[in-house]
Amino acid sequence: MTIGLHPAPGPLPAPLLQGREDWEGQKAATVRPDTPSLRPAQTEGGFGVYVHWPFCLAKCPYCDFNSHVRHEAPDQARFVAAFRREIAHMRDLHGPAEAQTVFFGGGTPSLMEPATVAAILEAINTAWPIAADAEITLEANPTSVEAERFRGYRTAGVNRLSLGVQALEERDLKSLGRTHSVAEALAAVSIARATFGRVSFDLIYARPRQTPESWARELARALDEGCDHYSLYQLTIEPGTAYERLYSAGKLIIPDDDHARALWDVTQEVMGAAGLPAYEISNHARPGAEARHNLVYWRYGTYAGVGPGAHGRLTAGAERRATFTERQPERWLQAVEAEGHGMVSQEMLDTFTQGDELLLMGLRLAEGIDLPRHARLAGRPIDPARIAALADEGLVERSGDRLRVLPEGFPVLNAVIAELAR
Amino acid sequence: MTASIQTHIRNFSIVAHIDHGKSTLADRLIQVTGGLSEREMTDQVLDNMDIERERGITIKAQTVRLSYKAKDGQTYVLNLIDTPGHVDFAYEVNRSLAAVEGSLLVVDASQGVEAQTLANVYQAIDNNHDIVPVLNKIDLPAAEPEKVKAQIEDVIGLDASEAIGISAKTGLNIDQVLEAIVARLPAPTGDREAPLKALLVDSWYDTYLGVVVLVRIVDGVLRKGMRIKMMRADAAYDVDRVGVFTPKMVAMENLGPGEIGFLNGSIKEVADTRVGDTITEEKRPCAEALPGFKPAQPVVFCGLFPVDAADFEDLRAAMGKLRLNDASFSFEMETSAALGFGFRCGFLGLLHLEIIQERLEREFNLDLIATAPSVIYEMEMNDGSVIEMHNPADMPDVVKIKEIREPWIRATILTPDDYLGAVLKLCQDRRGNQIELTYVGARAMVTYDLPLNEVVFDFYDRLKSISKGYASFDYTITDYREGDLVKMSLLVNAEPVDALSMLVHRTRAEFRGRAMCEKLKDLIPQHLFQIPIQAAIGAKIIARETIKALRKDVTAKCYGGDISRKRKLLDKQKEGKKKMRQFGKVEIPQEAFIAALKMDD
Repeated sequence: MTIGLHPAPGPLPAPLLQGREDWEGQKAATVRPDTPSLRPAQTEGGFGVYVHWPFCLAKCPYCDFNSHVRHEAPDQARFVAAFRREIAHMRDLHGPAEAQTVFFGGGTPSLMEPATVAAILEAINTAWPIAADAEITLEANPTSVEAERFRGYRTAGVNRLSLGVQALEERDLKSLGRTHSVAEALAAVSIARATFGRVSFDLIYARPRQTPESWARELARALDEGCDHYSLYQLTIEPGTAYERLYSAGKLIIPDDDHARALWDVTQEVMGAAGLPAYEISNHARPGAEARHNLVYWRYGTYAGVGPGAHGRLTAGAERRATFTERQPERWLQAVEAEGHGMVSQEMLDTFTQGDELLLMGLRLAEGIDLPRHARLAGRPIDPARIAALADEGLVERSGDRLRVLPEGFPVLNAVIAELAR
Repeated sequence: MTASIQTHIRNFSIVAHIDHGKSTLADRLIQVTGGLSEREMTDQVLDNMDIERERGITIKAQTVRLSYKAKDGQTYVLNLIDTPGHVDFAYEVNRSLAAVEGSLLVVDASQGVEAQTLANVYQAIDNNHDIVPVLNKIDLPAAEPEKVKAQIEDVIGLDASEAIGISAKTGLNIDQVLEAIVARLPAPTGDREAPLKALLVDSWYDTYLGVVVLVRIVDGVLRKGMRIKMMRADAAYDVDRVGVFTPKMVAMENLGPGEIGFLNGSIKEVADTRVGDTITEEKRPCAEALPGFKPAQPVVFCGLFPVDAADFEDLRAAMGKLRLNDASFSFEMETSAALGFGFRCGFLGLLHLEIIQERLEREFNLDLIATAPSVIYEMEMNDGSVIEMHNPADMPDVVKIKEIREPWIRATILTPDDYLGAVLKLCQDRRGNQIELTYVGARAMVTYDLPLNEVVFDFYDRLKSISKGYASFDYTITDYREGDLVKMSLLVNAEPVDALSMLVHRTRAEFRGRAMCEKLKDLIPQHLFQIPIQAAIGAKIIARETIKALRKDVTAKCYGGDISRKRKLLDKQKEGKKKMRQFGKVEIPQEAFIAALKMDD
């Protein structure tokens, strides 16, 4: 694959949704018929490929992702060969499709050599032709070392970078286990902006000792960088992490629900006022700059997941198959070399499960879900009385065929979904 | 097994306070006399139900016939009826005692005389029993046999000089107990030639045999093939089988005077048999029936509802089956605005209630909601009529009521001196009137008159907790007295939940209302909206708490790899919701109904 096949997308396609007015409580969103993800002959919700690079230089104490630290750098050529085989296997399983998005996640994909990224993209293109306007994202740590590789990634075809900045306070970067400084991160952001055009920026909030005021200042500083996409995650204590051990031992105090809610409210205010409202519960973008790959997940589209510990949802007609690969990198490698794939489980999802998954993913979006599609997947519609009860509380809104969560409902989304899913 | 000579029969019961070792002694007696082989012996042989073994209590009376070769060289038949110890089952104790001539009084040598020791031994004395005092657990370092003997003499007024010191656990001196049964308890009287006269002691439903009737023969002989008549029920049946329990069922040709055994035949339902009835031969009836007993009266009522309304018919069937073996449990259909279809059930006491509920849940796999337990109130109306009220939801319009009367009990409590202050305070707080305060050695014995509705729920738990388990308690229902009672309603999200309403004394209403609101605040999970919880008398709110609306879920991130985990969380949430019951917009966990009533005063 050469760069010529994958020019930078230039002006990106029009927004995939009209979610902008929604936060102001106007007309419900409708999906525009000319959006690339809904071209005829494509599966509902689009098709994307996820590539997992499982290595990190250090494990962050809050992270429960499938990441592994190795003393010796992994043999990237051997991994490339394995990716090639697993991609081919998934192609056989799923059949032909056009890849509208590719996402390199991890771990730390910015530890990959640009040549590795290029080779994997080539393998994907062989299996599923990558659309001319495809979004190709890579997650990167904002260190100076990694910034040196940005140009190479761009050359390989990556056209969007997602930077794990996490905090703009030195003290908090340290306690989050990040190896970069604020200045280093911001330098990486500007290199990325110059290189890719589309750059996203991750921050974690509801950190210990964080106040709504300090968080508002931090957000303002992040907005000064002029990115068009921000992922703003509430810190969560995940099982099996160092933070969980500290938390259980009472050595890590995180904000309580009321405090977390105040931080959430500040997030919505600051980002909304800056013209980057939440199009997804934790993701903010300027209209048109939404992460198209992640929209495939949230619209409950189809995605192939390759690499150690990758999840996929493959469709064939009405059937939907959940795939999951071996998490441990070396074992995954051996499995692929022996059998052509590293899958450890494949589950055919029944209608109930598909309905629940659509709710879990789709209601995270400001645009909400299409109720007839839900009824088709779930085999039965949602009880209208339940929708009405939540609507009475001002938590959801039903408008024609669409059901969407309102700003008051997002902070308590788990409870809202539990009401609708029973 | 052959018929026994009347002079060589001894019929006895064991009376004791709970945990003083009654069932263990019974096990030992069975073992020593060879009623069961080593392989067949389990602990608490006579407690058949899982629930009896787990809780270490006896619920149903059981009977066993032992064959004992005494030191005089003769073989005796010893019939033991094991009886429940708990106050709720006092009725079972009484009818068992009526069927035998003597009792072993078992007292824990380290604990001494307890409230149920007194209650049960007085019943034995009322039944004209000869009594052999037995001091159990004399192998324990804390045992004080001389002190306990003195207590038995002082408190009960029995000669304890020949009390036998044993250890039922190790088997120490069990032979002396057997000898004493033969030597010190009387043989039954009765005329073998007279027309059949037998006491119907108990009956139950056996899956294989149908209705089995436990009988004590007073006069005459009960034979296989005989046509018998139940005198009070005025119904006749053919006897297919007679026999005894060893404790296994063993068939016999006949049972003579003084013998205890079973019969079964053409009786279809347990409801056709009345405990205490007199059984005679249809063609040669006896002249006079035995005095019989008063039927057991339920004193505590509550509603039982299925968590899942679809289980209603299953619940009905399950209750029907339980009632086959437990005539003291009553039920009738009830409709609750909040809980839908269910049953109003009557019980002998709270332990009985708990046991029935647990058996329904365990043996029939039902999830149940129990509503606030209530006693029977008498309402004298302005028009002179008197209404019995079992359910606060049925409370008539107060302006039509002239007076409300509630049942009172006389309670006997024994407690170490250290806890006396706390015990007296508890009784006072529960509207008690002190009748008497004396000492039994170092222990105080207090007698209180208390309204049953103050005792019915958690009095026993509280008493155990404030006395670190040392106080013991027994009661009898005495009379109905007028009380200034009001109906307190609980409103959840402004809607009255009938299952939580109750009658309380006016002076106690605010306290109870506040306690219940506080409890419910913790028991009901946060919802998506704010939930006021209020206690009210009529339209007047007397207590209020608020459950704040849920403010923030953890929703941080969810990409392609997180979906399976999110789904598991959702499935867990759904499971949780299944164990709740919807009231208007609010979901209340099933256990909240009972837990809301427990007070931490």
